[in-house]
Amino acid sequence: MNAQYLSGFPLKLEGDPVPMVSFKKVTKSYGSLVVLDSLDLDIAEGEMVTIIGPSGSGKTTVLRMLMTLETINGGVIYVDGEPLTHMPSGNELVPANNRHLRRMRSKIGMCFQHFNLFPHMTALENCMEGPVHVLGLSKKEARERAEELLAMVGMADKRDQHPSRLSGGQQQRVAIARAMAMRPKVMLFDEVTSALDPEVIGEVTNVIRKLVAEHHLTMLMVTHQMGFAKDISDRVCFFYGGRIEEQGTPEELFGNPKRERTQQFLSAVKEAI
Amino acid sequence: MSYFEFLGQYGDRILSGTLVTVVLTVLAALLAIVIALAAGMMRMAPNPLVRGVATVYIEIFRGTSLLVQLYWIFFVLPLFGITFEKFTAGFVAVGMNLGAYGAELVRGAILSVPRGQWEAALALNMSPAKRMWRVILPQAVLIMLPPWGNLLIELLKGTALVALIAVADLMFQVKQINGTTFLSAESFGTALIIYYILARFMLTPFMRWVERIMQRKLGRA
Repeated sequence: MNAQYLSGFPLKLEGDPVPMVSFKKVTKSYGSLVVLDSLDLDIAEGEMVTIIGPSGSGKTTVLRMLMTLETINGGVIYVDGEPLTHMPSGNELVPANNRHLRRMRSKIGMCFQHFNLFPHMTALENCMEGPVHVLGLSKKEARERAEELLAMVGMADKRDQHPSRLSGGQQQRVAIARAMAMRPKVMLFDEVTSALDPEVIGEVTNVIRKLVAEHHLTMLMVTHQMGFAKDISDRVCFFYGGRIEEQGTPEELFGNPKRERTQQFLSAVKEAI
Repeated sequence: MSYFEFLGQYGDRILSGTLVTVVLTVLAALLAIVIALAAGMMRMAPNPLVRGVATVYIEIFRGTSLLVQLYWIFFVLPLFGITFEKFTAGFVAVGMNLGAYGAELVRGAILSVPRGQWEAALALNMSPAKRMWRVILPQAVLIMLPPWGNLLIELLKGTALVALIAVADLMFQVKQINGTTFLSAESFGTALIIYYILARFMLTPFMRWVERIMQRKLGRA
């Protein structure tokens, strides 16, 4: 097959692979309150996308829908080429059953604003829980995996501590290791630094930087740390009123925002710092 | 007859009655815990039928008298072909009654485990059963232990009713002693003290001990 033939082929085989995550006209509302309004968003494999925006703009809802913590009212979400909360039945998509949901969830990991570590387990046990009881790894394998990840997040020496003995930053690092232990294809970070004291934010953002550098993961992050978003993201989306008001590379969006609302938001954020 | 002579003469019977009360309490408590866990979780089931069964159970056993339930189990169920030996009828009635109260404690404790714990367990792709058993229940147990301490004291005192179907527990023995000696103050006074000792110096320290163990498991000790 020669290149000439390929160039005219309607299916682009290179440069535009199937996105890892794809929102197609996704709508979410609580009663009459529309949180997300016909959202279209594609995230390529290995891409790091950051969502910023004022509170109530639907940022966190995007992540929670991907983790299937929230149902959607309209549209379809695709992950790794398959519908997330739907499944094909004949020629149409019907709501997914639990088996489909669990299979799809295995592709996604999430870190939360308030860490949500299991308080009755040590750091190590937190990281072994999923691999042993969901993936069915042996205790030995799960332990090796957990220890490796705890070392990566700099928590190897605290592995036998319970979360109540750890600082917020330490807990969040364990939470990242716990999510990574499931080997997800997509990682979601929901305001992971918002509940932290300013002086420990760096230890968590450094771990995320490391993940970006060392792992080929697709990541979607909601954050208020504009500086962090600027130098880590491939793309930044500014959400406003349940829609993407503007998106682009960090240079474009932070350096030369085109929409008035983006400019207002960014200047308000700058003032706060 | 001095009180010491009274104890010397009837001590054996009081002791054997006390033992029966303790065994009744332990068996009824085990039954109550199993029923409370089952009914408490059923109350939160998505299936309305399962929820309904638990609700009806709790309503009936919490809303009617323990004594009437005891009589039902011992005197009425045999009319339908279900016969219990009186000792069994005794602890089953007490266990089923207190289990209904316990179910609400279980439900309340499960609901008060922070939402984030459910979400984290779901994000790890745990099955609903694993989420409950491995993540939620261990935390709920610590929350519900103090009210369970109260409930078990209620249960201990509730076992005194089984004397009315002639189970030879502490209450039954002192009633018998009183019937033959008419030493009411000594008989019922002794029972009062023994129930108090069992509740205050056995049950309460036991529950504290369990609480400490659970707290250590949660890394809070």
